[in-house]
Amino acid sequence: MRRRRLVEFNLLTGVVLGIVGFYVGWWLGHLVKAPSLDYFDDTGQNDIALFVAYFTGVVGFLVGLGFANYPVQRMLGKPPSLREKETEGIGRYFGLCTDHKVVGIQYLIGIGAFIFIGGLNAMLIRFELLRPTHLAWNGNNYLTLVGLHGTMMMGMMTSGILGPFANYFVPLMIGARRMAFPRIEALTFWLLMAAGTILMTALAFGGFPTGWTGYAPLSVQANMGMDAYIAFFALVGLSMTLLGLNMLATVITMRAPGLAWGRLPIFVWGTVSTSVLMLLAAPVLISTLFMLALDRTAQTGFFNDQAGGSPYLYENLFWIFGHPEVYILALPGMGIVLELLPVFSRKPLWGYRLAVTGLLGITLLSFLVWQHHLFVSGINADLRPFYMLSTELISLPTGFIFVCALGTLWAGRIRLTVPMLFALAWVFNFLIGGLSGVFLSDVPSDVTTHGSFFSMAHFHYTIMGGLVFAFFGAVYYWLPKMTGFELDERLGKLHFWVMFLAFNSTFGPLLVIGFLGMPRRVVTYAGYLQGANEWVSVSAFVLGASMLVFVANLVWSQVFARVPAGANPWGSKSIEFQLPSPVPVHDFDRIPTFGPDPYPYGGIEEAGFDGTRPAVSPARPTP
Amino acid sequence: MRRAIYPARVRTKVAILATGVAVAGVLIGLYVTLLATGPAPYTPPAAQAAEGRSVNLTLQTVAAVGKLAPNENWVSYLVREHGTWHRSTVWTLPANTLVHVTIYNFDGKSGLRNPFLGQARGLVGGRFAINGKPTAVIDPDDASHTFAIPGLGVIVPVMGVADDAPHQCDDAPCPMETAHETITFTFRTGKAGHYRWQCFVPCAAGFVYGFGGPMQTVGYMDGYVDVV
Amino acid sequence: MWSRRGHGWRIAALTTIGTAIVLPLVVFVLGPNMPPGKGTPVATSQVTDNTVLLVVMTPFTVFILVYLGYALTAFRAKPGEEGLDGAPLRGHFRSQVAWLASTTAAVLFLAIFGTTELLADNGAGGGAGPNPVTKPGGAPLPVQVIGQQWEFTYRYPTYGGVETATLVLPVGRKIAFHVTSLDAIHSFWAYELGVKADANPGVDNIAYVETKKISTFHVRCAELCGLWHGYMSDTGHVVSDADFASWIAARKRQFAPVMKYLPKYSSSYNPDPTFRAG
Repeated sequence: MRRRRLVEFNLLTGVVLGIVGFYVGWWLGHLVKAPSLDYFDDTGQNDIALFVAYFTGVVGFLVGLGFANYPVQRMLGKPPSLREKETEGIGRYFGLCTDHKVVGIQYLIGIGAFIFIGGLNAMLIRFELLRPTHLAWNGNNYLTLVGLHGTMMMGMMTSGILGPFANYFVPLMIGARRMAFPRIEALTFWLLMAAGTILMTALAFGGFPTGWTGYAPLSVQANMGMDAYIAFFALVGLSMTLLGLNMLATVITMRAPGLAWGRLPIFVWGTVSTSVLMLLAAPVLISTLFMLALDRTAQTGFFNDQAGGSPYLYENLFWIFGHPEVYILALPGMGIVLELLPVFSRKPLWGYRLAVTGLLGITLLSFLVWQHHLFVSGINADLRPFYMLSTELISLPTGFIFVCALGTLWAGRIRLTVPMLFALAWVFNFLIGGLSGVFLSDVPSDVTTHGSFFSMAHFHYTIMGGLVFAFFGAVYYWLPKMTGFELDERLGKLHFWVMFLAFNSTFGPLLVIGFLGMPRRVVTYAGYLQGANEWVSVSAFVLGASMLVFVANLVWSQVFARVPAGANPWGSKSIEFQLPSPVPVHDFDRIPTFGPDPYPYGGIEEAGFDGTRPAVSPARPTP
Repeated sequence: MRRAIYPARVRTKVAILATGVAVAGVLIGLYVTLLATGPAPYTPPAAQAAEGRSVNLTLQTVAAVGKLAPNENWVSYLVREHGTWHRSTVWTLPANTLVHVTIYNFDGKSGLRNPFLGQARGLVGGRFAINGKPTAVIDPDDASHTFAIPGLGVIVPVMGVADDAPHQCDDAPCPMETAHETITFTFRTGKAGHYRWQCFVPCAAGFVYGFGGPMQTVGYMDGYVDVV
Repeated sequence: MWSRRGHGWRIAALTTIGTAIVLPLVVFVLGPNMPPGKGTPVATSQVTDNTVLLVVMTPFTVFILVYLGYALTAFRAKPGEEGLDGAPLRGHFRSQVAWLASTTAAVLFLAIFGTTELLADNGAGGGAGPNPVTKPGGAPLPVQVIGQQWEFTYRYPTYGGVETATLVLPVGRKIAFHVTSLDAIHSFWAYELGVKADANPGVDNIAYVETKKISTFHVRCAELCGLWHGYMSDTGHVVSDADFASWIAARKRQFAPVMKYLPKYSSSYNPDPTFRAG
């Protein structure tokens, strides 16, 4: 029996208390007075009030969602309960829920909505660039669009795979019924939702002109919209830190009996390496933004060259976070692709240890390369050969991932399903992304490519061509398992081909445009580049339309057609596909034991392909 | 039998979906409208002069724009249209035409960061006049603002009002009885194009390097010049 | 069914043929057209650098694409095979070592080559900070680039410290750009010269280049610096010695009135960031 509370804690109370909290904080912040804060009168902007308002707003939102209930009850001496997990029905998706599967689906929908906004901003940016001079959005709004697009995508996609898929499937893959810290798991999601909302409020406070990097001193002199950027990224950093911590704790401590490290599915390794990066890099971001917030409010001088600070300090701190960050975006994609290829090649993962070495090698090296973003900045010019070498060394572990992907295809029985198409497109796109990265790592070549559309196209090839394609592969692969209903295959293939062709037709020419001398984040460009930019813009609109195909597929197949997917639509031997679809609330009837091989393909039906010996028989248990 | 083909459950779903699409459409429409909204453009009137086609552009610069703008404490340019002062920083000028500019500056001295910009460039005759007195350069410490269209090569420093001058202006738009400096000059627009104009004096009070707020927001110390 | 060894030979053959076709195209067709053109010796060596990178990448790219195309053709599940598994291969030591060895060789070659080019070209046109490790011989002409929100201006310390709004350089001279900023971070990008150097407040960031031919080049700001970043561009000129002498004399005359107000030439200027106008 569920006792009814006087007030239910759910999203509605969260939003109400969040708004109340915001205005209370806004009022409180205006009470802060000090002689050094007289400039508020001149500037008409009170950054302290806005920061306090964001803080109290987020606290109100979380309290309204019910995050305070557990600690309060414990302090009052009442017994703890995980009752949130026991509920059924659609209501649990609109509030604090500690079921890792509910959180996974919440992540998918919530992050998806914000990524849609980020994508819309990209369309608006490309609309402006149809003409070499000013066309539609005034100067401030254009830069704000650039910043909103970059910041939203960078912030939300960090959890784009770990949020929905690792939360849902890592506990299943390691034979656990939950994450190590279920409330923290829910907290990471709701922090992101608060963050995304805060970032959109930048529009109400004059936007921000800095792009996603927020370089000081531009970010110190910017309008109050900058505070939204700072609050957003700090909350994302907090969410990332907690997510990484939670994942590591879960994988380290909660693996089922017999599941040694060498038997983990490669996706779990991708999650582990990403989590290490999150745990070590995101706190740097939070501290950096805290310093930036102090520069903007308390008039400290961390990033003021004449006040004892340095803009270089911000650049260094930002990229000490920022370069691991781009691998936080890349590694889960690699994990997904290496997870999908065996399923659809009907083969074990080729070079399992090499792949794990690759993931861990990237994790380690990504902390040693950040100054390649500062090759022409004038700082540490003597160290450029070192950073050139360390950056190029990253191609070795990345090469491991490639050779493992290619090796898995070898002598397989490849089925070109929609998830497989996305995984193969990852190989192609990430190849171009990696090769274009070599130009940026080489100092003489970077002199031309740094800060140009070339570098922009490069990281879109790795993040959009890499991560987003892997993300869609994962969606098509796992969504039937998560909801119990198939996604339409024909619409899926249409989505894939339009997206793949439009993606390459957008960012391929952008590599060339960058080579021809167009800097990033500009609103005007040389007239001779107009034709190329029009081509890119039209391609980008088609790319945007391909996302609508996906949304249509999602709505049609999950809301209207509702074709049951069955337990194992792909014939996968991964453990989650041995469970019913959707996975029941309690996950397993009993904790499974695991055999030695995470990819036991080719054991039984191996029909003497070219005289090969049959492998060991699969020891994958049924739960 | 329509009802049989579409049972009530499906119709509910369609209704929810249609509502969702409509709400999303309205939100996106509002968003795009918000982004596209900018200051209204202003076309200065033609001048009656002997040298051929020309227009008169009459401006004032004020330390605090007051009720004319959302940010009341921000420094701003204003234009005069039919005898009244508006806040418009998007100007439409005819091509290959002389533009006679008059700036009434009611703001104090801020000082140029780069003194080089204290010398006028790109003007007809190479000089401008402060209260009728021709000159090519001012002491950079006396500068209050600049009138600059870098794309046309035009830059003119605007002399600031002395701190101890009597009758300082309190509220924008400033009446002519209050202390001000009058700057007049003429430049020629070239071929058609789209340019920005800006102020180069770090005059955004309270911001780091004096370059935030009004200096980085179209509609105060920045705007567009459309040469058509 | 073909033997697996046969697959390997076919992929190797196709890769070799593909590389043999693509490599000459890269060297002779694409290479000479690589950016940023051959406007200066530094730019020319950047073109060479880009070409070398392409050459090193070509065999790897061709191999991966050939492999991908071949695998998707040869290893597709045939009708009726959908339920069957492929060969249970878990790795192949020799091919893994071969892959590791070839990528390591390529990476080390690129790092050594890049470092050599960087040192030989005195920073390869990139900003090398206030004390570059390598400097060109002779006495390069110093030109200061001052970034400010939102215009570049230029000072010629050897010509009385005259400041100009346009950049004009004499042909056949070594130039030392001293790039600095008065406010936010900018980046001075002279595309055809092959020069890019960030402008930081209070920092003297030096980039070397040698002009080669009379030409025009584009200058753009390559670091987001605020509202009018997208408009921060102008055109520079490389002119003959005589033209340069008359141009600089004309600028000295034109900007004589403002000369007395300019600060003494300095490697950087120290704008007061806490300066609050009003």
